[in-house]
Amino acid sequence: MIAPPESIRSILATDCGSTTTKAILIEKGPEGYRLVVRGEAPTTVEAPFEDVTRGVLNAVREVEELAGRKILEGERIVSPQSGDQGVDLYVSTSSAGGGLQMMVSGLVLQMTGESAQRAALGAGAIVMDVIALNDGRRPHEKIRRLRQLRPDMILLSGGTDGGDVKRVAEMAEILVAADPKARLGSDYRLPVIYAGNRDAAPLVRECLDSRTALTVVPNLRPSLEREELKPARDAIHELFMEHVMAHAPGYKKLMTWSPVPIMPTPGAVGIIIEKVARRDGIAVVGVDIGGATTDVFSVFQGVFNRTVSANLGMSYSVSNVMAEAGIENILRWVPFPVDEVELRNRVKNKMIRPTTIPQTLEDLVIEQAIAREALRLAFQQHRSLAVGLRGVQSERTISDIMTQTETGQSLVSLMDLGLLVGSGGVLSHAPRRVQAALMMIDAFLPEGLTHLAVDSIFMAPQLGVLSSVHEEAATQVFERDCLVRLGAVLAPVGPGKPGQPCLEVRLEAQGLPPLERSVRFGELVVLPLPEEGGAKLRATPDRGLDLGPGKGRALTAEVRGGVVGLIVDCRGRRPFALPTVSATRIDRLREWNRALGVYPRDV
Amino acid sequence: MAHAYTPGLRVTDSALIRRERRLPLKGTVLVARGEAVEADTVVARTELPGNVHTVNIASRLSVDPAQVPGTLRRPVGSKVEKGEVIASAKSLFGLVTNTAQTPVEGTIESVSHVTGQLILREPPIPVEVGAYVRGVVAEVLPEEGVVVETQAAFVQGIFGVGGETFGEVAIAAESPDQPLLPELLSPTHRGKVVVGGAYTSHAALQRARELGVAAVVVGGFDDQDLRQLLGRDLGVAITGSEELGFTLVLTEGFGHICMADRTWRLLGAHRGELASVSGATQIRAGVMRPEILIPRGVPARAAAEESHATGLEVGSLLRVIREPHFGRIGHVAELPPELRPLESEAKVRVLVVEFADDHTRAVVPRANVELIAE
Repeated sequence: MIAPPESIRSILATDCGSTTTKAILIEKGPEGYRLVVRGEAPTTVEAPFEDVTRGVLNAVREVEELAGRKILEGERIVSPQSGDQGVDLYVSTSSAGGGLQMMVSGLVLQMTGESAQRAALGAGAIVMDVIALNDGRRPHEKIRRLRQLRPDMILLSGGTDGGDVKRVAEMAEILVAADPKARLGSDYRLPVIYAGNRDAAPLVRECLDSRTALTVVPNLRPSLEREELKPARDAIHELFMEHVMAHAPGYKKLMTWSPVPIMPTPGAVGIIIEKVARRDGIAVVGVDIGGATTDVFSVFQGVFNRTVSANLGMSYSVSNVMAEAGIENILRWVPFPVDEVELRNRVKNKMIRPTTIPQTLEDLVIEQAIAREALRLAFQQHRSLAVGLRGVQSERTISDIMTQTETGQSLVSLMDLGLLVGSGGVLSHAPRRVQAALMMIDAFLPEGLTHLAVDSIFMAPQLGVLSSVHEEAATQVFERDCLVRLGAVLAPVGPGKPGQPCLEVRLEAQGLPPLERSVRFGELVVLPLPEEGGAKLRATPDRGLDLGPGKGRALTAEVRGGVVGLIVDCRGRRPFALPTVSATRIDRLREWNRALGVYPRDV
Repeated sequence: MAHAYTPGLRVTDSALIRRERRLPLKGTVLVARGEAVEADTVVARTELPGNVHTVNIASRLSVDPAQVPGTLRRPVGSKVEKGEVIASAKSLFGLVTNTAQTPVEGTIESVSHVTGQLILREPPIPVEVGAYVRGVVAEVLPEEGVVVETQAAFVQGIFGVGGETFGEVAIAAESPDQPLLPELLSPTHRGKVVVGGAYTSHAALQRARELGVAAVVVGGFDDQDLRQLLGRDLGVAITGSEELGFTLVLTEGFGHICMADRTWRLLGAHRGELASVSGATQIRAGVMRPEILIPRGVPARAAAEESHATGLEVGSLLRVIREPHFGRIGHVAELPPELRPLESEAKVRVLVVEFADDHTRAVVPRANVELIAE
């Protein structure tokens, strides 16, 4: 049972990652909830331990040592807190053992297939494949694929309520013929969620009830105009606990320690991002770049989306970033000549020895160049999935005659983006914060005014699951201890020629003299902001350039402070292009790096 | 964290090795506990269910799906030949008979009265698992496979491509720093595990393939050549299923890197002996590295695989695994406990290494060294 929020004095939260289990201790003090300490230990899901709780206990022991207080009694978390011992609440997330791996299916790839994918991704899953009637594969190829992959769960959707049932039955029959096995052991039935045309539910039951652990939930696409992902997402979370987690080593025990269900790590991150966007009434993008995968979360127009780029990362998948981005796209960010053979070997050596770190400045620059491309590609994938519903019939009025709009347009609008939050080693642990800021700017190319932040020690998962039971504690810790505010970036949209006037900026911050600055096209400059509080900004772009209010119109806004400052990026947007001549490109990169103090010396 | 360094790759003259040989599905184990096996002994066998095909009977016969079960000429569960008529129906007032034939040989698995689809399964595919390495059966996993145990010289590589193979060890280069050039390979290397020195090229590997070499073991290789060899850029290090005609094992990494002296001497000492080689590499949770096993006779005792985990101490032998000293070997001279700033300005735990070749010293992050384990 969970104690009433107001009586909670201390919280222990863990995140069981695939390699590391991280524990944080939060305590309530005179100024509210604050992070006290953080401990970590290797995750113990795999042999020889095969018990996730060993890693959790080790991480908690480190917390005990650092905080100088007792939390464990033998191998039990003392709860509620009694005197100085124990904690009032324990919560956990998990992505150990590869996280939640799902296959989804729909009738039409771009319609119910895409909705099903969004439901699974939003719940924190990795989507292994999307099977649809029009996916270009013949039935036996679909069956072979279903058999090859061993998902933790399948989400079957298709059709709008009242529509054709035969096609839905066909998909269910394919599933039966494939007889797919669950990933974690062959002794339990594969969980299948049906969230399609409600009229086809009896047929789906007939086909699948005796062979799989079938759960039927309301249609995720009841009509072409409506997408209802919540019932499917909730069912995914529930089945994740009941089936997948219950079969992972040690999780049965872990589940008894917490009164709150264990949540998939990315699902928990999504919850906190969504809450921040709702609270501040802004559009938010969060990105977590890991060793193997990159997750992107966004809230635009109040709609939450999450994507995971399963093979874009900085260690295990670093070579795939090079393969997908192309070597020339990585090299365009490097301000010195690099031999291609040498770069290829370096990247592969990082892949086969993923725990190594850059020692030289040149190595750091190359790693950060790769990160820019990994982030850019992950964001590109996100934009293509975070779209409005396709296939919707919209009424057009006389005023729409001159504009050509189509359904399924991306919801992501960089001009509307209010806050961009980065996390993951390469961003959170960049030796200079300005490096993290510039990596995000180069990869996402934000437009107008956008605030920037990094998650200092990747606490978002623990805070996400915590926010489902104690929102106040989660948001206080998120603002005070988790987010490191970097400042903001101001980038006018439109073409221009290097050297021509671009922007007039006036900045007034408390405790600092007012600052006025003219910035020319092609320049990148940083203006100081207070670390706490904010500043008043008035920026007037040149004719033809837009900061949001319209071409040539001034933008007036409050800018929140940060450790880097206000970066004024007049390198151009739509298009943003780096010089194609290598020597000129290197000169420009060096110039920008110097202007922002990105590195301690020219590289 | 418990370990800030990469646990080293093993290079040892004698280790008790156990290898699980498991079927993909349940089947029959063909050997008994205590039985001696050769690398090519088949230890277990099973049959994988055949591929599945769908035949839309309703559309072929132009009938309603509900009528399809009644059109079948053979009941569900029957074996059918390719081209056999499995269903028929009359149309046009009984004047025309439409038929549906089987696209492949197989068994009728099911038929649907909703969609009118018939599911046909091809005959099962036989699968065998070999012992892979000479040794004894230490354990039988009922219906699933066995554990083969052997006392062997054991070399772990850092990266490989290609599956399991075996052959006699042949040394083709003259020293660990000599590249394995095409002209060093000859028809005598057919079916052998050929050990080169520092590096090999795509041209040398093509020659190895032409000659029918079983495996090539070298210090380094260029990624550019790997791309040419595989015909694609390798994105994620999960290998072992490539069909290249041979197996490639890198002992040190990508680039021109001398094979570590210890590895070179060990492989040289077993020239002419039978080695089992696997190129399978997986660098994620549950790390798998390529390996070379040279069995040294049947083990006397059935003990667990020897543990080799040791900590990083002053005097430990190590290899630097990242620039600027990539590939160099030395001993730990100091282990300062405090965090130190690197040139990149990151503050991390470091060690001072004294290089074996010229006795100079350098500071390197602990994360950038690998123990050379005995």
